[in-house]
Amino acid sequence: MTKAMTPPVPAPAPPGKQKFQFARYQDLALVPVIIILLVIGAILSPIFLTPGNLIAVLTQQSELSLLVLGQAMILIVGKMDLSLESTVGLAPALAVALIIPAASGGLDVGLPAWMALPLCLLIGVLIGGLNGFLILKVGLSGFMVTLGMLTMLRGLQLAITEGKSLIDVPESFLYLGSTTWLGLPAAVWICIVCYAAGIFVLKYLRAGRSLYAIGGNSEAARAAGIRVDRVVWLVLIIGSVLAVVAGILMTGRLGSVAATQGEGMIFQVFAAAVIGGISLQGGKGTLFGALSGVLMLGLVEQILRLQGVSGFYIKASYGAVIILALIVTRFATGQKQE
Amino acid sequence: MSDFAAVARGVTKRFGRTLALDDVSIEIRAGESHALVGRNGAGKSTLVSILTGMQVPDTGEVSFFGEPAPPVADRAAWRRHVACVYQKSTVVPELSVAENLFINRQDLGGGTFGGLISWKKLRAEASALLETYDVAVRPDELVSALTVEQRQLVEIARALSIGSRFVILDEPTAQLDGPAIERLFDRMRSLQDRGVTFLFISHHLQEVYEVCQTVTVYRDARHIVTAPVAEMSKPDLIEAMTGEAGGLNVPSGDDRPSSVEEVLKVSSLSGESFSDISLSATRGEVIGLAGSASSGKHEFAETVYGLRKPSVGTISVNGAVVRGGDVPAALKAGIGCVPRDRHHQGLVLDLSIAENATMSTAGSFVWPSAQRSAGSTAIASYDVKAAGPDQPVSDLSGGNQQKVVMARALAGDPSVLVLINPTAGVDVKSKESLLGVVDAQARRGKAAIVVSDELDDLRVCDRVLVMFHGSVVREFSRGWRDQELIAAIEGMSSE
Repeated sequence: MTKAMTPPVPAPAPPGKQKFQFARYQDLALVPVIIILLVIGAILSPIFLTPGNLIAVLTQQSELSLLVLGQAMILIVGKMDLSLESTVGLAPALAVALIIPAASGGLDVGLPAWMALPLCLLIGVLIGGLNGFLILKVGLSGFMVTLGMLTMLRGLQLAITEGKSLIDVPESFLYLGSTTWLGLPAAVWICIVCYAAGIFVLKYLRAGRSLYAIGGNSEAARAAGIRVDRVVWLVLIIGSVLAVVAGILMTGRLGSVAATQGEGMIFQVFAAAVIGGISLQGGKGTLFGALSGVLMLGLVEQILRLQGVSGFYIKASYGAVIILALIVTRFATGQKQE
Repeated sequence: MSDFAAVARGVTKRFGRTLALDDVSIEIRAGESHALVGRNGAGKSTLVSILTGMQVPDTGEVSFFGEPAPPVADRAAWRRHVACVYQKSTVVPELSVAENLFINRQDLGGGTFGGLISWKKLRAEASALLETYDVAVRPDELVSALTVEQRQLVEIARALSIGSRFVILDEPTAQLDGPAIERLFDRMRSLQDRGVTFLFISHHLQEVYEVCQTVTVYRDARHIVTAPVAEMSKPDLIEAMTGEAGGLNVPSGDDRPSSVEEVLKVSSLSGESFSDISLSATRGEVIGLAGSASSGKHEFAETVYGLRKPSVGTISVNGAVVRGGDVPAALKAGIGCVPRDRHHQGLVLDLSIAENATMSTAGSFVWPSAQRSAGSTAIASYDVKAAGPDQPVSDLSGGNQQKVVMARALAGDPSVLVLINPTAGVDVKSKESLLGVVDAQARRGKAAIVVSDELDDLRVCDRVLVMFHGSVVREFSRGWRDQELIAAIEGMSSE
């Protein structure tokens, strides 16, 4: 049914003028918001723009930001990992319990104290690896596997510690949680380094770009010769390891492993990632955007706190901020979110 | 080197109990455009996945330019031999054109130590590549913002840049409008002059005659014939495809009784992409609506069915005005619709035939037994090839899926039918049977609007309205000539 008699028509010319596309600059979208928040904070409270206050905000957000970094990469490949928040608690708790004596609430295994950090990281690798195995090799639903893992790891931590906080924390954890390098807490440096590495890899390395290809169209990625399963597995492992690092920093900062360490964080993690422009459908968003999502939540929280708003309302404000941010993006991009 | 770009010999492939390919062969001469045709289920898709290394044949061998095919795990080697533009896109929508062109081989020239992606170089090479193949898109455009046509061109350019000289086009024209198809063919011809070989798969036999030199026909997983296109008449080709003699047997319906009783009246309706359209259909009348993809015909039809809200104008059925932009109201008034795209709007693929067929008629309560019997009736009356009413529609071939959509449109015994692309992507036999249903329904006194630019679909109509840029520009009564109608669709008539 084709039109043999149509004269050859030139292919449509590319649109000459470039329209401003909000989507293109989405990863910078929160920068003005952050500036506005800084201004509002400075107006409301004289101490807001002092280095001490800003460093406090960064420190408070450092653990969350590491979780967001991991989750953002996992979301970009088109998966999600709910179990990150219980990894934050379980990994330090298990490592510490394997080192300290039973008298302090340990398991009486008596491993040397220097093993605390490597052990913790290994636990992270194992959790991420197990998630990857169940999702990729066994073929289970990622949402359900990590939901199960979330509950299981939390329960495991309660079982090991019998619901008590572990206060006999190794020196190495305390050091990382409290020391400052060049005037900034170590935790903040660790975040900066992790984000810099992540942003670089996702922009300039082929392996990093493959995350977007997989999340955007995994069949196309496979056809292009990308080893999809291997990359996704690796990303899940990296996500868990980042969660473990967050757990170590939190343990060091607070000087103990609480039985509820990390509880409820996963909600903030998703909130920050989504506000920062990471798509839950995969293949879309940048780590810089995710980071600005974290900072934005941190600034809102700090402004409210300095105003003496009760912690309960701060919690409610998170929800409100997310919905507001979604509405703004919806109308700025003109696209419906699914 | 060999004379053949690709050869498959003695290929057999089974999926469970289904024999998808039964000892078939194909030889594609270097530098030709080779058509592969066959009805749905003939084994075309399986052959494509074997020729592209996505699946391993159970027996048989594949070679490219005389070399045996690489092992399946070596994707890079396959990509150098053969490229495929699938119906389903193999680009990543959220990435830029440049990045898609060099996906997983982004130029590693950046940084002092090498190994980094140089975005500048990547864009420059993408521009050069797009220019070489005359693809008019900006390298930094997101692929999701491209048209289907541009997306296909990007995929072809990518394939050629990898070094492949053999390109499989799997139903490339299914989603293109007339001028775009013509531009694609021009491009195929010019690439062919530069030594590129094509395997072209299409349901539109006319296209085979237009752009191919050799045609291979598969039927029921077997190779039937391979012949030069010039030696194969259209009836012969159809016979090879269907195993039955004779061309497409579409009821023309010129003996349908006419009536003066008006069923559907559309008064100066305007909406998205069309304006001020009035028409009236009487009992038993079938009106064709033709036009290019941008003519507004789809938008008009979808407005009549209530999927879109009209800005001005009214639609009335049997004298009663139907609320605009309200599908339940349209259904209640007696308008049944076959939507534009059965995958997106027509069917819930995981649900059964019975559920799909009764979806828009079911009241507040769904009685499983009533649903099943409605499903069985649909299977029987519309000639659906299926195991039973409980079978999920995802198991069915395209033609049979479309029959289920048709069954649903007719389930509430509507007085007006709106059929959008009713035979898109279905094989010749299903096309005959679907158009037969339209004719039979018209004889029972229904009015129908058939929106299509397939001439076969329009032959069943009593008159054909041609839309161009949102208005009706021509009206043809029975006995129109193909050229005239096509010229009007393309906006070439001097009106």
